[in-house]
Amino acid sequence: MNTLILRTVAPFVTALTLLFSVFVLLRGHNEPGGGFIGGLIAVSGLALYGIAFGVGAVRRALHFHPMAIAGAGLFLSTLSGTISLFAGVPFMTGLWIYPHLFGTEIPLSTVMSFDLGVYLVVLGAITSIALALEQEPGPEADERQSGPDGPQKRGDV
Amino acid sequence: MGMNAPAWTFAALFLPFLAAALAPVLVGRFGARAAWFLALAPFLSFLNFLRFFGEISRGEVVTGGYMWAPSLNLSFSWFLDGLSLTFAALVTGIGTLIVIYSGGYLKGHPHQGRFLAFMLLFMGAMLGLVVSDSFLMLFAYWELTSIASFLLIGFDHERPAARRAALQALLVTGGGGLCLLAGLVLLWDVTGITQMSLLIHMETSLRESPFYLAILLLVLGGCFTKSAQFPFHFWLPNAMEAPTPVSAYLHSATMVKAGVYLLMRLQPALGATPAWEILLPFFGGITLVAGALMALRHTDMKMMLAYTTMASLGLLVMLTGFGSPHAVEAAVLYLVAHALFKGALFMIVGAIDHEAGTRDISKLAGLRKFMPWTFAAAVLAALSMAGLPLFFGFLAKEEIYAALAAGNPRAVFFTTLALIGNALMFAVAFGIAFKPFLGVFAHHEGVRHHIHEAPLSIFLGPAALALAGLVAGLASGVVHTYVSSPMASAILHETVTIDISTLPHIGLPLFLSLVTIAFGLAIFWKLSRVRSLMAALFESLGPGPDRGFDTALNALLHFAASVTRIVQPGRLEIYITITFVLVAAMLLVPPIVFGELPGLPPLPAGGVLVQEGLFLGIAVIGIAAVLRAGDRLTAIVSLGIQGFAVAVIFLLFGAPDLSFTQFMVETLSVVILALVMTRLRLSPSDSRPIGQRLFDGILAIACGLGFTLLLLKTFETPFDNVLTDFFNAYSKVIAHGANVVNVIIVDFRGTDTLGEIAVVTITGLAVLALIRVRAGGKTP
Repeated sequence: MNTLILRTVAPFVTALTLLFSVFVLLRGHNEPGGGFIGGLIAVSGLALYGIAFGVGAVRRALHFHPMAIAGAGLFLSTLSGTISLFAGVPFMTGLWIYPHLFGTEIPLSTVMSFDLGVYLVVLGAITSIALALEQEPGPEADERQSGPDGPQKRGDV
Repeated sequence: MGMNAPAWTFAALFLPFLAAALAPVLVGRFGARAAWFLALAPFLSFLNFLRFFGEISRGEVVTGGYMWAPSLNLSFSWFLDGLSLTFAALVTGIGTLIVIYSGGYLKGHPHQGRFLAFMLLFMGAMLGLVVSDSFLMLFAYWELTSIASFLLIGFDHERPAARRAALQALLVTGGGGLCLLAGLVLLWDVTGITQMSLLIHMETSLRESPFYLAILLLVLGGCFTKSAQFPFHFWLPNAMEAPTPVSAYLHSATMVKAGVYLLMRLQPALGATPAWEILLPFFGGITLVAGALMALRHTDMKMMLAYTTMASLGLLVMLTGFGSPHAVEAAVLYLVAHALFKGALFMIVGAIDHEAGTRDISKLAGLRKFMPWTFAAAVLAALSMAGLPLFFGFLAKEEIYAALAAGNPRAVFFTTLALIGNALMFAVAFGIAFKPFLGVFAHHEGVRHHIHEAPLSIFLGPAALALAGLVAGLASGVVHTYVSSPMASAILHETVTIDISTLPHIGLPLFLSLVTIAFGLAIFWKLSRVRSLMAALFESLGPGPDRGFDTALNALLHFAASVTRIVQPGRLEIYITITFVLVAAMLLVPPIVFGELPGLPPLPAGGVLVQEGLFLGIAVIGIAAVLRAGDRLTAIVSLGIQGFAVAVIFLLFGAPDLSFTQFMVETLSVVILALVMTRLRLSPSDSRPIGQRLFDGILAIACGLGFTLLLLKTFETPFDNVLTDFFNAYSKVIAHGANVVNVIIVDFRGTDTLGEIAVVTITGLAVLALIRVRAGGKTP
């Protein structure tokens, strides 16, 4: 599937998918969507990118190790739950603030940051699994698949 | 200050743990000198407990604590009466000296900080144990002493013998701990009580309970293993693998005394029954004589002392269970005397080992020239152990004979046992106090050339304890008022007064004492002869329970290995087959057996809509494609078709969130399954034989049928709308969200989600690790 068409289209599709995933994440509180689905959408975008350009390219694009992203997500979610303790209400109670920005009221909440954590966990953990599976076995795999033009010894996907 | 008494006691209970946490840092910074500072923790704790002696001597009890889980009747609460207060004072007082001693003894050891931390941890655990009021608190501390002793005995973890001894102690005392837990839970169940202070008022009803014997046996299982009663005694001498400060502490005030403590504590509730008065004296008596005889066969002074500890514990158990108030008073006196002289003697043996390089009694002689002060302390401690007048040990021995000696056969039997045990221990005490110090110093292999008196930190502990044995004997009135009488009263649960003094009184006890001394001196005179005799005797008896422990452990390991080979053959197909067979059986067998099969559901009122039928058809086609697929990749992609069709059906029935997720999961499943397949390097097509295919097919259909029946059955019961109504009503109002599904996930049941994403993260890590292992070419 390492075709010219796919490699031309993939960056755009991936970018749109990621954008869409954030959109789904943010609308989740009132419309179908949320962190879990958003995360899965993002992973599928990254998977497409990986199929087109290889594991190394995805890793470089992510900059952080995917497991680190998952860890950060878990931390963020836990933190969001813990903040309520400092406000004197039980663990995991949602707290809301309504700042006005350019005349628009923007509702922000610990619930939202919690959902963002869910999104990051799903994104990180599943990307991590997918990338590890896609990578050729061997300790020097990272170097061998360092770029889109490097030797691509992936499965027939 | 502003702290009230409970707060101080609470602090006193936790000071050792705090010091344990600080120990590695402080030792790293200040070296061995840090021990002096760390000893402040038990010392302050000791001072706190000293305050209560006046109150306790007036027959009062001190209680305090904090509720922990009131709904379960659980509290962190302590209970100080004569018994627990004496123990608390011994634990912290001797503990202070031991910490100082450890500072000198292990000076320069690379892991001294760790050692002190374990020691203080142990101290905290023991302290908590003896003051615990609530059962669960007692059990938690009980187990903590087992764990701490494991760490201490295995401190020299590079030696296999130390590792074995540590494991043995942990398994024996930990196993006993489980017995104890069962006993306590049963007690709880029968009486409805969770606190020691209440339990001891429950005298009669418990003994009449049909569960009395079970409770007693389980509690004894805990106490006998902890206090090294025959036949569980073998771990105690092996625990000598630990550095000497550990032995000194373990044997004088802690660990092994925990079992005796609990027996004494439960005496008002469980004692005074035939079972109690047969089991305790019987096993105690055997332990006493066996321990004393085995002590004589060794030349290693530490081993000699270890076996006399075993003997002393036997004596204590025997006295506790003998069944007369007098015997309990004797046990109290002996317990205090033993804590003082045994702690001192162990530390003296450690000092000799530290200065002379060996503790083999047959190689040492004439040390009095080099270590005069240590010699003096040794003599004081040994005289108390031997039970000579003026010393506290004498009071204990007189009281033992006064309690036991009577005309009936039972009394004669146990008096004889006590006499034999005491005489043998007399010989050991004299052996340790005089053999290494008297005579002419001669150089043996392993003995150092230049021997000095022990430094202050090493000398302080034994000297203080040995002197205490003499002072307590001389000032017996004070000790009785504040320690012995309240402690005996607490055990007997009635007020008793002990008034024995160190002046010899003419009578049967004195006569028996004289016999003991004569007998003991005779054995001491012929110590090496007796030693070889004992060695031959125990040689002829064959392997003991120590070997039996190894055999049992090996048998257990073999058994575990063979079971593992059966249930874990290591083939994925077998695991998956078993899993699905069980799933199918679970879903199908109960409804068929109990006649609970669901009826056929009615068709929807408006018939099946065209689009619904269409996507149902696509799902069926997807499944057919999976079955007909020529190679695995096609099968995986076809499975995706079916999944997508189902997702659309979800959408048609008004579950957009579910449908969305299903779409994404299906997409990623196809990608990941395909990737897994390439990693596994399977043959591209399915090559199962026809019989196997048939079996797998039937299994798949059975599982599918089972789930279908389950769902149909579920829909037959009327739907309960309570939760749906609640979420619909409050989603917008409380949680400011219109999407009920999402609000449930991130708000109403957010804690669940938090758990789930933690699982997702851990799964990710686990998969990564698995892939790494395979990639590294190591064994999977």
